[in-house]
Amino acid sequence: MGFLDIDNATKSYGAVEVLHKVDISVEEGEFLVLVGPSGCGKSTLLNMIAGLEEITSGEIRIKDQVMNGVHPSKRNIAMVFQSYALYPNMTVRGNISFGMEMHGIPKAERDRKIGEVAELLQIIPLLDRKPGQLSGGQRQRVAMGRALTRDPDVFLFDEPLSNLDAKLRVDMRTEIKKLHQNLGTTIVYVTHEQIEAMTLSTRIAVMNGGYVQQLGTPKDIYDTPANLFVATFMGSPSMNLLEVEIETAETGLRVSTTNAQGAPLHLTLDNPSDALRQFAGRKAVLGLRPEALTDAEGVDQRSVHIERFENTVSVVEPAGSDTFVTTVLGGKDCIARMRSDTPVSAGAPVTFAANMEKVVFFDPVSEARIP
Amino acid sequence: MSVASQDSGMRQGRVARVFIYLVLLLFGLFYLLPLYVMGVNSFKPLSEITGGGMMALPEVWTVEPWLKAWSTAQIGVEPTGLRPYFWNSISMVVPAVAISTVLGALNGYVLTKWRFRGDTILFGLMLFACFIPFQIVLIPMAAVLGTLGLAGTTAGLVLVHLVYGIGFSTLYFRNYYAVFPTELVRAAQIDGAGFFRIFWRILLPSSGPISVVCIIWQFTNIWNDFLFGASFASGGGAPMTVALNNLVQSSTGVKEYNVHFAGAILAALPTLLVYIVAGRYFVRGLMAGSVKG
Repeated sequence: MGFLDIDNATKSYGAVEVLHKVDISVEEGEFLVLVGPSGCGKSTLLNMIAGLEEITSGEIRIKDQVMNGVHPSKRNIAMVFQSYALYPNMTVRGNISFGMEMHGIPKAERDRKIGEVAELLQIIPLLDRKPGQLSGGQRQRVAMGRALTRDPDVFLFDEPLSNLDAKLRVDMRTEIKKLHQNLGTTIVYVTHEQIEAMTLSTRIAVMNGGYVQQLGTPKDIYDTPANLFVATFMGSPSMNLLEVEIETAETGLRVSTTNAQGAPLHLTLDNPSDALRQFAGRKAVLGLRPEALTDAEGVDQRSVHIERFENTVSVVEPAGSDTFVTTVLGGKDCIARMRSDTPVSAGAPVTFAANMEKVVFFDPVSEARIP
Repeated sequence: MSVASQDSGMRQGRVARVFIYLVLLLFGLFYLLPLYVMGVNSFKPLSEITGGGMMALPEVWTVEPWLKAWSTAQIGVEPTGLRPYFWNSISMVVPAVAISTVLGALNGYVLTKWRFRGDTILFGLMLFACFIPFQIVLIPMAAVLGTLGLAGTTAGLVLVHLVYGIGFSTLYFRNYYAVFPTELVRAAQIDGAGFFRIFWRILLPSSGPISVVCIIWQFTNIWNDFLFGASFASGGGAPMTVALNNLVQSSTGVKEYNVHFAGAILAALPTLLVYIVAGRYFVRGLMAGSVKG
């Protein structure tokens, strides 16, 4: 039993099932991020936790209390909306106090709480302004302040940063993380930005088409994606995926692909898993993150298995901190992440180093990862 | 070269502008002409009007026609002036406008924020109130009023106007609330506000412009209505419009045009006032209701 249990929760609109038997158990103090492309059902799930959408079948429990049919205001949750949903006719003070007023908290207590929250979020000078007079970041703070006054069991965030500009988004991201570290409240956070999911969460649920594709820590999700969808959705630039031939070699297995010129290229595999051995003589999809494909000097020195090969560079994109180098492997573009000062130029050959410890394989038919 | 052409362009623009203003001025005067005629003649003794010269300013200014129209003119058989009928109209318009506006706002709130199965069909049916000609419902309405025991009363007239008004007021508020962010309602729900509390504290305070539109619309329609007034109110209970008709149409004695003019202005005054006071909100509200901000 967790702190927040989503137990076989299903949502249908008429005959259309949009969320299929979702099973997630969240521990107290966790920061769970629901991430996925639009239409994957993540916001619907959040609204079901909030009580704004009914649960078609299954159960949602908070602190072992079944929440099905319980009014949103009785669930002891707080929600921050994408549009912030600040009441336009009330001042910031009125916005923050409204919820407490509805719950019959006396005026003195309300004022004390408003003071506390306003100080925490540094919005004291804004208290008597109307939401229309605030900037995006300030509105965001007020929306969080309103949620904070409730001392909720669970905080729900519905894409709270998507209306902010890029720089402010990064700042507010840090601030939300700080807030979570200071308060330790359980948070469920919906976003379509994989980077927000990676940086904020203690656990991520990657969703697509109404199914949870994978539930795990950011590291699990990033290093060992459950299937091709998760592999491509998480990470930017996304994981390089090559269709390769698995062949038996003296030491175990090797993968066979082609370099930019179409000549065969072999990479050996140490200690292949039993499941992968089954693929000997067949095709599989090889997945390699851009940072696991580097220049010879930039490779992770602690890695025990590095394969070096020479290949022609097709595009060089310096990004300041790194240089992204595109090359062709097995007929497909692959992106390598090299040190910023690496001397590479388009059209010239360069030595690539692949960190074979980080390589993952997927079944080309089922698209699931080969363990 | 380019400077010269720009210069001549500006000159052309100015000529066109003067022309446009002249035309507008002309139209303006044309539209104001009836009001002018009514105004000047209502301050003349009757002899000046019958002596010809409708357009001339009064030689002798007098408020006598106004006083007479207001308090002593013959309306039907009673020499009461328009005063009692003016109050009839007020006591009909105020509740009818207030109730239909409040109900329209509530309907709009439910139809947009508390959607239910068949809500669009229901809304479509309510819109019939905006399209059905008044004449069609006269007889069934009379039967209903008779059954309710409201025939010939001001309360009955209020009911009639209420039923007809709800269609329009619902249309206004529904369209206005359709673009009102639903997330606000959800936030208020999580905050613990109930159905009426959300309406009262969140939606209504943001409904200023559309309320003004609705009130102006309902007020002018109900105040100016003649058909229902003539059909469902009798004698002393008649509204201003019916009384004005009785004043002007009286077939005995001399036609006192100056009194008629004054009476007509008196009858039009309240709606004129509403437009002057709230008119600037009218256009703003119409825009807000129709176009997403």
